[in-house]
Amino acid sequence: MRTEGASEQTESVSAKAEDASENTEKASMEAKRAPMNTERAPMTTERESMTTEREPMTTERESMKSASRDGAPLLEVDDVVVDYRRGRSTFRALKGVSMTIGAGECVGLVGESGSGKSTLGKAVLGLAEVTSGTIRFAGQDITHLKGAARRRLAADLQVVFQDPYGSLDPTMTVGQILAEPLTATGTSRADARTTVAEMLDHVRLPADTVTRYPSEFSGGQRQRVAIARALVRRPRLIVCDEPVSALDLTTQAAVIDLFIDIQRETGVSYLFVSHDLGVVRRICHRVSVMYQGECVETGPNETVTRNPEHPYTQRLLLASPVADPVRQAERRRSWLQLRAPAASPVA
Amino acid sequence: MTEAVLPPPGDAVQAQRRLWSRFLRRPLGVTALAVFLFVVLVGLFAPLLAPHDPNLVDLGLTQAPPSSEHWMGGDSAGRDIFSRLLYGARTTVYGAAVACLVGVGLGVPAGVAAGYFGGITDRICSWISDGVQSVPGMIVLLIVAAGTGADFTVLMVTVGAFMAPGYYRISRSRALAVRKEPYVDAARVAGLTHTRILHAHMFRAVRAPVIIQSALTAGIAMGMQTGLQFLGVGTASTPDWGQMMNDGFRTMGTHPLILLWPSVALGVTIAALAFMGSTLADLVSVRTEPVPRRRRGARPADETTARTGELAHTVERSVLRIENLRVAYATAHGDKQVVRGVCLDVAPGEVLGIVGESGSGKSQTMFSALDLLPADGRATCDGIWVGGQAVGDLPRAKRHALLGTRIGYVPQEPMSNLDPCYTIGHQLVEPLRAVHGLTKAQARDRAREVLLQVGITDPDRVLASYPHQVSGGMAQRVLIAGAVAGKPDLLVADEPTTALDVTVQAEVLELLRELQQEYRMALVIVTHNFGVVADICDRVAVMKDGRIIESGTVERIFAAPADPYTAELIRASQDDTESRDDLDAAWNETEAEAGRKVHT
Amino acid sequence: MIRFTIRRLLSGVVLLLVVTSATFFLAHLAIGDPTAGLLGNNATPDQRAALHEQLGLDRPLITQFWDWFSHAVRGDFGTSWRNFQPVSDQIALRVPVTLSVVLAATLLAAVVGLAVGIATGLRPDGILARVLKVASVVLFALPGFWVSLVLVMTFAVRLKWFPAVGYVPLTQSPSAWLSSITLPSVALALAAIVMIAEQLRNGFMEVTKQDFVRTLRARGLSSRRVTTHVLRNASPAALTVLAVMFVGLLGGAIVVEIIFNLPGIGSLTQSAAQIGDIPILLGLTAVTVVFVVLVNFLLDLVLGWINPKVRES
Repeated sequence: MRTEGASEQTESVSAKAEDASENTEKASMEAKRAPMNTERAPMTTERESMTTEREPMTTERESMKSASRDGAPLLEVDDVVVDYRRGRSTFRALKGVSMTIGAGECVGLVGESGSGKSTLGKAVLGLAEVTSGTIRFAGQDITHLKGAARRRLAADLQVVFQDPYGSLDPTMTVGQILAEPLTATGTSRADARTTVAEMLDHVRLPADTVTRYPSEFSGGQRQRVAIARALVRRPRLIVCDEPVSALDLTTQAAVIDLFIDIQRETGVSYLFVSHDLGVVRRICHRVSVMYQGECVETGPNETVTRNPEHPYTQRLLLASPVADPVRQAERRRSWLQLRAPAASPVA
Repeated sequence: MTEAVLPPPGDAVQAQRRLWSRFLRRPLGVTALAVFLFVVLVGLFAPLLAPHDPNLVDLGLTQAPPSSEHWMGGDSAGRDIFSRLLYGARTTVYGAAVACLVGVGLGVPAGVAAGYFGGITDRICSWISDGVQSVPGMIVLLIVAAGTGADFTVLMVTVGAFMAPGYYRISRSRALAVRKEPYVDAARVAGLTHTRILHAHMFRAVRAPVIIQSALTAGIAMGMQTGLQFLGVGTASTPDWGQMMNDGFRTMGTHPLILLWPSVALGVTIAALAFMGSTLADLVSVRTEPVPRRRRGARPADETTARTGELAHTVERSVLRIENLRVAYATAHGDKQVVRGVCLDVAPGEVLGIVGESGSGKSQTMFSALDLLPADGRATCDGIWVGGQAVGDLPRAKRHALLGTRIGYVPQEPMSNLDPCYTIGHQLVEPLRAVHGLTKAQARDRAREVLLQVGITDPDRVLASYPHQVSGGMAQRVLIAGAVAGKPDLLVADEPTTALDVTVQAEVLELLRELQQEYRMALVIVTHNFGVVADICDRVAVMKDGRIIESGTVERIFAAPADPYTAELIRASQDDTESRDDLDAAWNETEAEAGRKVHT
Repeated sequence: MIRFTIRRLLSGVVLLLVVTSATFFLAHLAIGDPTAGLLGNNATPDQRAALHEQLGLDRPLITQFWDWFSHAVRGDFGTSWRNFQPVSDQIALRVPVTLSVVLAATLLAAVVGLAVGIATGLRPDGILARVLKVASVVLFALPGFWVSLVLVMTFAVRLKWFPAVGYVPLTQSPSAWLSSITLPSVALALAAIVMIAEQLRNGFMEVTKQDFVRTLRARGLSSRRVTTHVLRNASPAALTVLAVMFVGLLGGAIVVEIIFNLPGIGSLTQSAAQIGDIPILLGLTAVTVVFVVLVNFLLDLVLGWINPKVRES
């Protein structure tokens, strides 16, 4: 949430424009759903592999399910430790975290500030130095990948950051921003233009967006541009670092739906980092809960966001107020009960 | 796909695309540029323009006054001053160009590398830069001048080396700032090489400040150059302004004109450069066009607006009552209304929520109630009452006397709301002494007491701490303690939990509830989160585009929202929406449906 | 805090050694054979050879350096090559004059800059603020010696309020001393004044926008008390400028002293450089760097005191 105040006035115009656009877009999305990448397994197969009790829908899906089960997951994080150096002392941001993400899957990483959830995303992207443990992507050890090898990985591994204001170079047009990852790796300008147009369509932005500058867009629209930039190389995994937490609630909903649609269209996997259990519940198949550099609970979405086992997750769930006075009163009572034995002043 | 999704091009873009054309619209900038270009051209074409040989000695011309043949007269050696002045421009411009090129060539790459790579590169480069800055430049320049037989180019290269730290510092700080921007991380993840990132993002970011710095540097280089020449460095065969000033200085008492000409030439040239630089700097740093002076302090009263919102209590029974509040900001394109006719009130012990998304005017409404709007904002209303007393027409000082005594304020962002330079103790004690007239000991006791009340178990340690030494949750407790220390009747809280972690949010919300009940305060809480409303509020006003679109008791609003926007906001609170499993199940269903249709 | 102090002083000493050593080699390489300059153009080759040997210039450069360096670290900068007087004596004679001017200019810059900065910071749209903005642009860029010439022409030659040239020691007549350093100090200080004021004004505008200022107001503090908070937060940038300006003033003083004919280090530097009197030049370099290191050290201490966060990082 950005600080309000003087900035509020300048935003209201664009915010209003966006409100209108988000609503109309929802309607137009239905018509737009066409598979973009046919080589990749449709999203649904992976889902089947996780909710095993559900009856498989077609035999074709059944066969693909077993294939993905036999094969290694797309991303494997194994006992990863990350230390940050602060002057002379070191701070252990991750204390041996393990997780996996399958193809076409969305795995949520929930936690509060300092829990290490963003650090894990950075470690996967190669933006944080891993002290020990391994990270494998499609079977390849990428833990300490550097230079050209890491750059090659960029075709498969992308990112969407939280801050829609800082994540786009203000001096470049949207077209330049989106084409940069392509032209930098040798794609011709004409091909890059075609791909950029295609991706803008994917994120439901008009084609003339390419000639405009990031400052002309509202937060939600910028985040769409950031998503398009992550998509241009047709990656297999996108690390989403709090991609909606800087947006207004109604905009959040539209952007989350966009993430889901894109996953269905392209079969891309997400590592979705967020502090908001509500957001994670809507978009993720599985959820890991982080607390002080450790993963305290991992499980299917429904379990973690409704009936968590770990006391910390329970506390997290009960702490976020629900938009219903009666249920909130209940939730608060449960929260107070849970808090009572601990009786530790937070902060 | 919807059309007209995008707002019209904003000011910031114009700033980038049309910096040049905006520069040309600044009279001062254009004049400065014209003067500078004139000097450059004169320097370039001096041999064609000069009416006389600048070194030709005509004893009859010695210290001669201006004449039609010799427009500026002659100097002490009998040479034509005007011609020497033209040739001097050549020397001056050449020297400044050499110094700037060397400064840019050394400083900018080093600065960008230091800022981008950080670590050891940064430490080494910064140490060298600091070292160069602490070297007495004039002494070294004199040594170089003495040693090289006053080779002018070598001398100006040395001047350029002393200018490099200036370039280094701005490049480094820009690169450092840009390095922290997520778009550089995004570029790395996108597979760009360091070289390409440096080229595409870093040098782009430093371009404007380097140009501005160059205008400044060129001026300073001209100053140093002329200073050295004034001291006698240089060759007699090439005329320069420093020599001419020295000549004039020696005959200052009798022939002041000889000193005047080169001094004016130097002064005007340097001033032109300085104004060019400052105009550019203004254009780059100011994102939006300046507000014309006469339009400052907009009066929002002109616009007739319908009143929105409801008043639930009588004047006497309300702690705060606002009638028909309008807030406007002065902008370059006229006034901008951000609050349009808001009415609200709150009774003792009541909790009122003001809910809305960013840009709805909820914060502006609250700052108007506190009379703490930013300087370019103006609030007008039909009436504002605090504790049943009309305060709308009170002078500013009387209005502010309500703050800290009748009204307490809890801000959103805990860290930025504590003064980093003072201890927390000082910040809590100061208002208690200055506003409430307590003695130092009494104030400290009271501060300790409220800190205990907000759940801080070791108040003495916290009182002695500086803001950066405590956590965000602790800082928010301190701010709440500061707000209630004066035992106000009304507490205004601006998104008090938004910047905090979820578990801390719940604690702070619980704390606000406890304090509100203990002090029997009225509480106005501004939030975007309907969960917070459901948790703590008695009544709620929903705002959109500066208007209250709906207000009422919490039970009524949640049970039966009258406005579709309210319903949408409540729905968007995510918590009980469908999970991904539900969404996928529904999607599979429709896909299967579609598949069947295709097959049949 | 003690560790901070020691580290700062240590890095200052290292800087001093590096800069003076670098200057040693630069001077020897640039000037080469100084005997021509020292003896004048009429000297015979024999005379020059004799002096060359007497000064030890026939030894390898590294030997000469070690000889100079081992004495210099003990505070012995040798003797001048021209009159064979100890370097330290000659510099000690000149430093009080330069310091008088530079310190007076610094003081002037600090006091006036602070006053103007606060006045314009409180009224950022006022007349004074607009004047300051224009003045800061011009005066920062114009060299001190140019300003000196204007001042001399106006106040000494035309109006005759101050002596045009010359220096009177403080011990001889305090009032004459003051009037002899007034114009040079003002000439040096003008640029610093406007820079500090401008910096402070920007700082004021920056800090006034901060959230905590609004919160302080919301606690009911008076404008005067809020201004105190703002000033403390805005002052580090202005102080940094003051320290940087001090370094600039030392350099600028060289030319200004010559215009006002003050017997400070300026004229000594000029004459030493002209004839290639390297020991004097090295001594002067060392003295100025010591001042620079001291001022930066003081600045760090003050900044740490103003904002404790700086001290810890």
